[in-house]
Amino acid sequence: MLSISPVEIIETLNMIKDEHLDVRTITMGISLLDCVSDDYKKGAKRVYDKVTRLAENLVSTGESIEAEYGIPIVNKRISVTPVSLVSAACGHSLEFARALDKAASATGVNFLGGYSALVAKGYTKADREFIETIPEALATTERLCSSVNVATTKAGINMDAVRHVGEIIKRTAEATADRGGFGCAKLVVFANAVEDNPFMAGAFHGAGEPECVINVGVSGPGVVKCALEKAKGEPFGIVAETIKKTAFKITRMGQMVAEEASRRLGVPFGIVDLSLAPTPARGDSVAHILEEMGLEVCGTHGTTAALALLNDAVKKGGVMASSYVGGLSGAFIPVSEDAGMIAAARSGSLSLEKLEAMTCVCSVGLDMIAVPGSTTAATISGIIADEMAIGMINSKTTAVRVIPAPGKDVGDEVEFGGLLGTAPVMPVHGGSCAEFIARGGRIPAPIHSLKN
Amino acid sequence: MKAVVTVVGKDRTGIIAKVSGLLYEHNINILDIAQTIMQDVFTMITLIDTTNSNIDFSELKAALEGVGAELGVAITLQHEDLFNSMHRI
Repeated sequence: MLSISPVEIIETLNMIKDEHLDVRTITMGISLLDCVSDDYKKGAKRVYDKVTRLAENLVSTGESIEAEYGIPIVNKRISVTPVSLVSAACGHSLEFARALDKAASATGVNFLGGYSALVAKGYTKADREFIETIPEALATTERLCSSVNVATTKAGINMDAVRHVGEIIKRTAEATADRGGFGCAKLVVFANAVEDNPFMAGAFHGAGEPECVINVGVSGPGVVKCALEKAKGEPFGIVAETIKKTAFKITRMGQMVAEEASRRLGVPFGIVDLSLAPTPARGDSVAHILEEMGLEVCGTHGTTAALALLNDAVKKGGVMASSYVGGLSGAFIPVSEDAGMIAAARSGSLSLEKLEAMTCVCSVGLDMIAVPGSTTAATISGIIADEMAIGMINSKTTAVRVIPAPGKDVGDEVEFGGLLGTAPVMPVHGGSCAEFIARGGRIPAPIHSLKN
Repeated sequence: MKAVVTVVGKDRTGIIAKVSGLLYEHNINILDIAQTIMQDVFTMITLIDTTNSNIDFSELKAALEGVGAELGVAITLQHEDLFNSMHRI
């Protein structure tokens, strides 16, 4: 007998066909700690061999689940132990970058994350050398993603690293100037980075993670938007309830896909990341959810409140639907990857300042934002410092992924293509913060980090 | 394995005949069948058991889509667990 009613079956079909419901990513986390060697050639070979061995069937398994369940699984990806730890004993990090890029290509994944360093409290000698290689690594590889954690609530903000990554971002943009500074789209600066995030470009496999694990990121801004269309004019209690119910269903599906992928690959299931991740496709926008709540345009007064409600309701609905929730879990607001955000930034109603306020109440931070190519390294470091402060004080993950687009100015746009979309160049503040950034040192951890 | 075949489109003669014919051809048992008009669109939902099927799941999917194209309707084949996970606790 049919245990599910036709209405429910059609609801699911409509979510997939018309409302862009999908599993955004199945990400396999792989520990590279046992690949460490004092000989970099040996180390890079071990890394390649291990990644290609463990992830050999990742893409085909994802595709077979997609076919059987009729649910799109957009990305299959890999995250690895921060390479700065793996290459610390032998240097030559770029050899590891090339080996990982080759492994990503051999396994068929579209991105591999973990060309990363964790320097919230300070640098090791190896960390400093490693971070210096990031521009070249991103310019000379295709699928490699990089991140640097420069702050935590427990350690404070490493302002030397903040200054350093500002320069690294500029150099990465210059090294990929022929592609609009595309390298910067693969580089994330974090506060309170999480160890089990399945989403790119900030994914890495933390040192506290097991040998190999499957993490799944669900999505579905379009589904939430369509559900809210039926709650027009209703009070916020009903809005929150509608989002929670939708998030529950989306997450149940993500949990099922995660369990199935884990079973078929013989790899333990890690977490489901409850995030609303937009794409540039029409009807797959987080900004449009906010507008559906009654805002004329994303970025106007009320936007932060609307996003706070959305972010919280997604978590409340999703958390009951999954046995293990983790990663970033919250709404993403990457400007270039969201049709509504692109339109709002284009019209000038969404500013960097408003985006910064929005990052206080949602997942991650200033994401996929193009700024003028003339923006100085110090200004980029200032933008990063502000965002890191929000993360540190509020005990949450925040991140910065900005692209100082070479040769472009406000009014221009940068086309990245595919899921990375189109970024209208947004104005930055003209006042200099160079002296502030030049101080260096460390901003102490806040008083509420002393919990013991 | 149990799977759900969904047919959505304009009603016409031969939909059940064609779909059930294809399933019969591949030794697939129909466990339940329901049809209704939903938002003015013909909708048929069939629960099938593919345990003794003589065809690969992806081939069956393609064959059903082929029949759908012939009839001018959309036919989807999905594992039953997708719906169970979303709609049942």
